[in-house]
Amino acid sequence: MRQFAHLFAQLDQTNKTNEKLFILKEYLAAAPPKDILWALALFTGKRPRRPVNSTLLRHWAAEAANLPLWLFEESYHVVGDLSETIALLLPPPQHQHDQPLAYWMDFLRNLHPLEEADKKAAILEAWDGMDKVERFVFNKLMSGSFRIGISQNLMVRAVAEVQEMDPAVAAHRLMGNWDPLTTDYDALFGEEDAGDRLSRPYPFYLAHALETGPHSLGDPHEWQAEWKWDGIRSQLIYRQGELYIWSRGEELVTDKYPELLSLQEHLPYDCVIDGELLPVKEGTVMPFAALQTRIGRKIVSRKQLSETPVRIYAYDLLELKGEDIRQWPLEQRRQALEQLVQQTTAPTLLELSAVVDFNAWEELQEARNSSRSLMAEGLMLKKKDSAYGVGRKRGDWWKWKIDPLTIDGVLVYAQKGSGRRADLYTDYTFAVWDEEEKQLVPFAKAYSGLSDAEIRRVDNFVKRNTRERFGPVRTVSPELVFEIAFEGIQKSSRHKSGVAIRFPRILRWRLDKKAQDANTLRDLQDMLNIYGS
Amino acid sequence: MSNKNLLEINDCGIYCPQADVYIDPWKPVARALITHAHGDHARMGNKFYLAHRQSEQVLRLRLGQDINLQTVAYGENININGVHISFHPAGHITGSAQIRLEYEGEVWVTSGDYKTETDKTCTPFEPVPCHTFITESTFGLPIYNWRPQQEIFQEINEWWQQNREQGLTSLLCGYSLGKAQRLLANVDERIGPILLHGAVYNVCEALKKDGLQLPPYERLSRETEKSSISGSLVIAPPSALNTPWMNKLKPLRTAIASGWMNLRGAKRRRAVDRGFVLSDHADWQGLNTAIKQTGAERVLVTHGYTAGFSRWLQTLGYDAREVHTLYSGELGEINEEAEEISSETEL
Repeated sequence: MRQFAHLFAQLDQTNKTNEKLFILKEYLAAAPPKDILWALALFTGKRPRRPVNSTLLRHWAAEAANLPLWLFEESYHVVGDLSETIALLLPPPQHQHDQPLAYWMDFLRNLHPLEEADKKAAILEAWDGMDKVERFVFNKLMSGSFRIGISQNLMVRAVAEVQEMDPAVAAHRLMGNWDPLTTDYDALFGEEDAGDRLSRPYPFYLAHALETGPHSLGDPHEWQAEWKWDGIRSQLIYRQGELYIWSRGEELVTDKYPELLSLQEHLPYDCVIDGELLPVKEGTVMPFAALQTRIGRKIVSRKQLSETPVRIYAYDLLELKGEDIRQWPLEQRRQALEQLVQQTTAPTLLELSAVVDFNAWEELQEARNSSRSLMAEGLMLKKKDSAYGVGRKRGDWWKWKIDPLTIDGVLVYAQKGSGRRADLYTDYTFAVWDEEEKQLVPFAKAYSGLSDAEIRRVDNFVKRNTRERFGPVRTVSPELVFEIAFEGIQKSSRHKSGVAIRFPRILRWRLDKKAQDANTLRDLQDMLNIYGS
Repeated sequence: MSNKNLLEINDCGIYCPQADVYIDPWKPVARALITHAHGDHARMGNKFYLAHRQSEQVLRLRLGQDINLQTVAYGENININGVHISFHPAGHITGSAQIRLEYEGEVWVTSGDYKTETDKTCTPFEPVPCHTFITESTFGLPIYNWRPQQEIFQEINEWWQQNREQGLTSLLCGYSLGKAQRLLANVDERIGPILLHGAVYNVCEALKKDGLQLPPYERLSRETEKSSISGSLVIAPPSALNTPWMNKLKPLRTAIASGWMNLRGAKRRRAVDRGFVLSDHADWQGLNTAIKQTGAERVLVTHGYTAGFSRWLQTLGYDAREVHTLYSGELGEINEEAEEISSETEL
């Protein structure tokens, strides 16, 4: 564990990519193979199931530190991270454990079947042999929230350089559904073996946001425009009779959408399709909120299947009859895709994502304005001669989103953030005026959008203008006005305002406005009537 | 003693009605007793200042050469309208003091800022027996436990050494008054030259006049040759971070020495390469020990984690409550910034 904790601490100490790469390579070259497998799994988001819930951890840590629970909680609010709070509060270790990471991963897995008292004894004993950094990392692993500030790309680069592999191959291999418990190190990095690799997806190609407008892209005839859908970006893999669906979060989600499984009987030949998984009812795309009822579910009820059926809107073809065609120009891939969809006899499961025709950028601008009525978030612009790349690259693919909806809200509640925002009031609730009742009604929570300097000023305001405290939440004098942007609006009986909004964030601090100038509940309802569904 | 308190908090600061004096007032008053020279405790505009001897030059540097200032030694007794007033070492920075007031047998001590760990740049903290103790609580939560300073200084030395070997300059940031001198006095000067940012340099010069012994240092100025900067240790206030001033030091590594660096979040917010956990405030243990040693029954908790710390003291049986002051309260970090701004103006 010390080696891994040391790796973590070192990575934590630098924000320079080259140094991180160097540190990673050093670890990959020196650590035992079993540990490396675990490290790669953890760094690419494969986290073990949580063996203990956080309430128990809090109690045990407070007890071990000989502190009342309220003081533990008070500390937690300041630190903003449970694993770190525990590491900071525990008394100094009495001995020193010397086992590798793989041992502790086994340890955590073996905790699951134990009785509560045995779990407690085992964890207290583990803590007692670790220093602060080891405890922190161990707690992160135990709470299933292990994350580290290195991108998947960087990880892939390090592996590729140490293993002397092509980075694209390394990305491909790390991405799949391998399990560090059963995977052999040499197998993961050795020769491809066909059988268990059927499910492996390609890395997704991602677009940058078009900030100004499409004129800078040059000749419109070189570009293909599509709707930018608001669903789950997915890769549909059909190889040798097996069907797999991967989400962009590199999660295998096949089981969550059983209706799509019958595509196995309809697809004419092996293929890998890039597309959007969308809830569609009677030919109409439903808002993302509908999909949310299904995202978290492993077992889908009959009711959900009939209320929120999903289908794939296909927009690209990556593999055709076993051949990787990502280097083909988009135009050619599109042709192959259209052919494939035409031959697929399941229009309610697989549909072609339409291309938007246009001759001049001005025409496209008009089309973009109609996005919201189609439940699209705007347009995608893809160069017709472009290959399907890896990761987020500038140049060939752009997303041109519609401007968000905005409302001016008054800051009414504040709560401390976590991570790099710990001990600062960064999580805000905003309200609009209910003119009849002459009171403020909360309608949105937002965490992001302000600069660090602005956050410090708001934090200062909150601390000086607190009216009441409820645990970690403070009510503040309603004085500050912010412009809140969001992507969609829905009727909601769960919210006092009667609406739920999607992706709220702070667009700007309206220093020019006073609380009474903020928008009203009526304004929100008008918006709901126009854009809600 | 009358039913009136010896000290009370009003709009201007901590006030003693009997002696008609304020301690660390935040608004201008006629007579101010100053615990130490940090910006939030020693403010401009008071008609008369009383402070410890070793604060004199820094107070004049920051508040003006012509302030009406009288200084005292630790333990020296001053009598104002029957109130015995004396200053006692607080161990926070050079010249920092706790202020003891005694009237008709009743003793109150205002700690200002303090730490219990020793420090080469100031007289060690001395517990002063009292009935009522006014304590800070900047780090009044059990998550703050400082490691022995030798370990931290060793880490700093290793960091500097390593940077130097790689041809990098080490920029180490800490308050220009207090932290900077403590760093200067403790790093291993054999590793290489030590250069000071103008704000730090000015404070060091002032403290030297007040008798503080410091190892050799040089001012980093426009004229300093780039070749003599490379591989050196540069001590600067945190406000110097990410300003064009830093360009001259490149290639470099940055670090902050502060108690706040104990939390990962605070360190990441600063986006520095290293955070060294080194504070001039008492940690959790230090606060608890200091309070116990005063023998006080009543404890008033000012700036810091006031609510949690006073509740904790109540569970230990103290008559404790939080007191709202304008020192820093929960605003520790903003205060840090205020401190930075005040040092920036000295550039």
